[in-house]
Amino acid sequence: MLKPIFWEQVMKKILFVGTAITVFILFFIIFYILKNGLAVVDMEFLLSSPKDFGRAGGIFPCIVGTIVLSLVAIIIATPLGVGTSIYLSEYTRESKLTSIIRFGTDCLAGIPSIIFGLFGFVLFVVYLGLGWSILSGGLTIAFMILPTIIRTSEEAIKSVPDYYREVSLSLGGTKWQTIVKVVLPSALPGIVTGIILGVARSIEETAIVIFTAGSVLRIPTSLFDSCRTMSVHFYILAREGISMENAYGTATILIITILLINAFAYWLMHRLMAKYS
Amino acid sequence: MEDKIIIKDLNLYFDTHHVLKSINLNIKANEILSIIGPANSGKTSFLRTLNRLNDITSAVKISGEILLDGMDIYKKGISLPWLRRKVGMVFALPVPLPRSIFENIVYGPRLNGVTSKDRLEELVEKTLKSAFLWDEVKDRLHTSGTKLSGGQQQRLCIARSLALEPEVILLDEPCSGLDPLSTSKIEEALYELKKQYTIVLVTNNTKQAARVGDNVAFFLMGDMIEYGSSEHIFTVPNDKRTEDYITGRFG
Amino acid sequence: MKSRENLIQFGLLIIALSTIVILLLIALFILKEGLPIILRVGIKGFICSTHWSPQQGQFGILAMIIGTAWITAGAILVSLPLSLSCAIYLSEFSTPKVRGTLKPIIELLAGIPSVVYGFMGMVILFPLIRNYLGGAGPSILTASVILGIMILPTITSIAIDSLQAVPHSYREGSLSLGATRWQTIRMVILPAAKTGILSGIILGIGRAVGETMAVIMIAGNSVIIPKSLLDPVRTLTANIALEMNYATGDHRQALFATGIVLFITIIILNIIAHTIARGGVEK
Repeated sequence: MLKPIFWEQVMKKILFVGTAITVFILFFIIFYILKNGLAVVDMEFLLSSPKDFGRAGGIFPCIVGTIVLSLVAIIIATPLGVGTSIYLSEYTRESKLTSIIRFGTDCLAGIPSIIFGLFGFVLFVVYLGLGWSILSGGLTIAFMILPTIIRTSEEAIKSVPDYYREVSLSLGGTKWQTIVKVVLPSALPGIVTGIILGVARSIEETAIVIFTAGSVLRIPTSLFDSCRTMSVHFYILAREGISMENAYGTATILIITILLINAFAYWLMHRLMAKYS
Repeated sequence: MEDKIIIKDLNLYFDTHHVLKSINLNIKANEILSIIGPANSGKTSFLRTLNRLNDITSAVKISGEILLDGMDIYKKGISLPWLRRKVGMVFALPVPLPRSIFENIVYGPRLNGVTSKDRLEELVEKTLKSAFLWDEVKDRLHTSGTKLSGGQQQRLCIARSLALEPEVILLDEPCSGLDPLSTSKIEEALYELKKQYTIVLVTNNTKQAARVGDNVAFFLMGDMIEYGSSEHIFTVPNDKRTEDYITGRFG
Repeated sequence: MKSRENLIQFGLLIIALSTIVILLLIALFILKEGLPIILRVGIKGFICSTHWSPQQGQFGILAMIIGTAWITAGAILVSLPLSLSCAIYLSEFSTPKVRGTLKPIIELLAGIPSVVYGFMGMVILFPLIRNYLGGAGPSILTASVILGIMILPTITSIAIDSLQAVPHSYREGSLSLGATRWQTIRMVILPAAKTGILSGIILGIGRAVGETMAVIMIAGNSVIIPKSLLDPVRTLTANIALEMNYATGDHRQALFATGIVLFITIIILNIIAHTIARGGVEK
C-alpha cells in the first residue's frame, strides 16, 4: 500500500522541478538582459540616432521604424481579422466552408516567418515594385498576424451571451445592427487583446522585416522608405559583434515593451472573461 | 372582440424533433392570453414563432400559417425587423443591454431611425410610466440598466419593448426569477397594458395565469390540449390532463 | 434593408476567404519561383544530394534537411520533459490560482523575440559548451537547447488545455476506486488527453522546423553532415536567410525551392495535427 503513494510523492516532486526550471528559465532570460542592458538605457539612448553603425548613439530611428511598421500591419490585419471572425461566428454554422477557413487559418499560423519573408519579397518588393519598404513589410507582417487576430476575436465574439443578440433582434434590430451595436462593443476588450498580441508579434519579428522592409538605419519619411526595427537592429548588433553594450540596451527595450504589451493584453482578456462568468 | 392573431395548423421542428404539433389558435385583440404547461411542452417555442425569433437557428422547420391582422408573417418578403417592432418581446431573464436605462429604452427606436431628442425623451418617460418604473428611476436615467434590482430590470425590459410602440407583446415567463412583490407590480402593469396591447404570456405559475389571463391555453408535449376562458379552465376543465396539471398532480 | 444585409454578408464572406487566398498566393509564388530548378535538377538530385555549392551550380539540400532534422529532434527531446512536467503539474497538482498565474507567465516565453533567444545561446551556452564539452560553441546541441526552450510554451499551453478538457468525473471515478493521483494521471487522464497533447507536440515540431533567426545565430551554419552533437549544421531556414541577399538566377531559385520543401513540411505537419485533434474530438 505504501508503494503507490511513494510514487505519487516522487512524481509530484519531479513534475514540480520541471515546472520550476521552466519558470526559472523565463526569469533568467529577462533578468539577464535587463541586468546588462538597463545601464545603457537612458533618454539619450531612446531619443538619439545611432552613430558609427550603432557602435555609439541611440536607437531612435529603430523605435520609429518598429512603431510605424506595427501600425501599418495592424491597420491592414484588423479589418480582415475581425471581419473573418464576425463571419465565422455570426453568419455561418459549422460547415465544409468554415472548416476549410479554419484549416487555412491554422496553416497560416504555422507558416514559418522565413516563408512569409520569401513571399513578401517576391510579391511586394519585386513583383509589385514596392521595394524594401514599410508598406511591403507591413503587408507581409499583416498576413502573419492575421490568424492571431482571427482566433482571439472569434473567442471574444463567442463569449458574448446569446441573449444580448436575441434582445436586440426582438427590438427590431437587423443582424448587422445587432452586431455593430451590441455584439462588437461587448466583445471589444477581447478584440483589442487580439490586436495587441498582433502588435507584440510584429515587434518580435525579424526575418520578415529584413526580407521585405530592409534594414536602412534612417528615420523613415514615407511608407515607401525602408526602415529598421529594434529586433533587426539588435540582431545586426549582436550577430556582427558591432556593440554588445548597445545590443543589450536594445534587447532591454524590446523585452520591456513585450512584457508591458502582454501584461496589458492579459489584463484586458481577464476583464472580458470576468464580465461574463 | 376581433382576432389579432390567427394560427392555423402550425408545426415546428428543430432538426427532426417535432416541437409543436398542429396548433390552431386565435388570439383576440386587447386580451391577455396565458399559455401554461409543464417544462418542454413547447410554450416558449410557440411564443418565439410569433416574432420569428426561432429563425435564428437555421435547423428550424416550420409549416402552417400565422396571420397577424390577416397577413401571413411567414410570407416571403416580410421584413423581420418590421415584424419584431410590431410584436415586442420580454424574456424570462431580465436582460438589460450593458448601457444606461435611457439608452436601453431608446435602443429600438434609434435603430428604427428616431433621432429627435425630444421624441426620445418623451418615449422614455411614457414607457417607464406604463411599466410602473418611472417613479423609481426618473432621477437616474443615465445610470447603467444592469445596476437595477431584478424586478426593476424586468420592468425596464417591458418598457423597452413598449418603446417600439408594438401591437402585440410576448412575455416569456417574465416573473420566473422575481419575488412576489415584483411579480405583483408586473401583473399590475400588464393589467393596464392590455387596454392598448394584445398580450401573450407564457407562465409556469398557474395562479398567475388565473389572475391575469383572459383566456388560457394549455400545452403538453407540443400539443395544445385545451383552450378556453380562464374561468372555465381553472374551474371546470374539459380535459383530464388539464385538470391534473392545474391541480399540481403532475408537471 | 434586406439587400444591404445581404451585401454585408457577402462582403464578410469575401473577407473570411482572405486567409485561404493568402495561403494560396504564398504557395503560388513560392512554387513559381522555386519549381523550375527542382524540375531541372530532379527531385532526387535536389533532396538527396549533399552537394551545395551554388557557384558550381550544385544544389543538393540533403545536408540542410539532416541539419533541420537533428536540431528539431534535439529540441523536442529538450522540450518534452519540461513542457509535460509543467502541463501535468499545473493541471493536476497545483491550485487554480497558481495555474492561472503561471500559465500566462509560461506563455510569455513565446513573446520573447527569437533573436533574443539566439543571443542568449551565444552569450550563455557558447562559453559553457566551449569550456566543458569542447568545440567552438555553435552546434546542434546549442540550437537544440535554445529551440527546445522556444517551443516550450506552445506544447505546455496546448497540453494544459487538453488535460483540463478531460471531464472531472474521470478523475473522481478513478480516485474513488482507490487510485492515487499519479495512478489516475497515468492510467486515466494522460490517455484521455493524448490526442490533444500529441497535436501540441506536432505544432511544436512545426515551430522548431520553421525557426530562422535564432538558429542562424547559434547553429554554426556549416553545410556538412554532422558526426556529433557538437558539430555545426545548417538548417533549411538558415540556408534561405543566409544566402538570399546576394543570390541570383539558379541560386535564387534553389533558395525558393528550399522554401517549397519547408512549406510542404509545415503543411503536412499541420494536416497531421488537425487530423489528430479532430480524431480526438470525434472520440
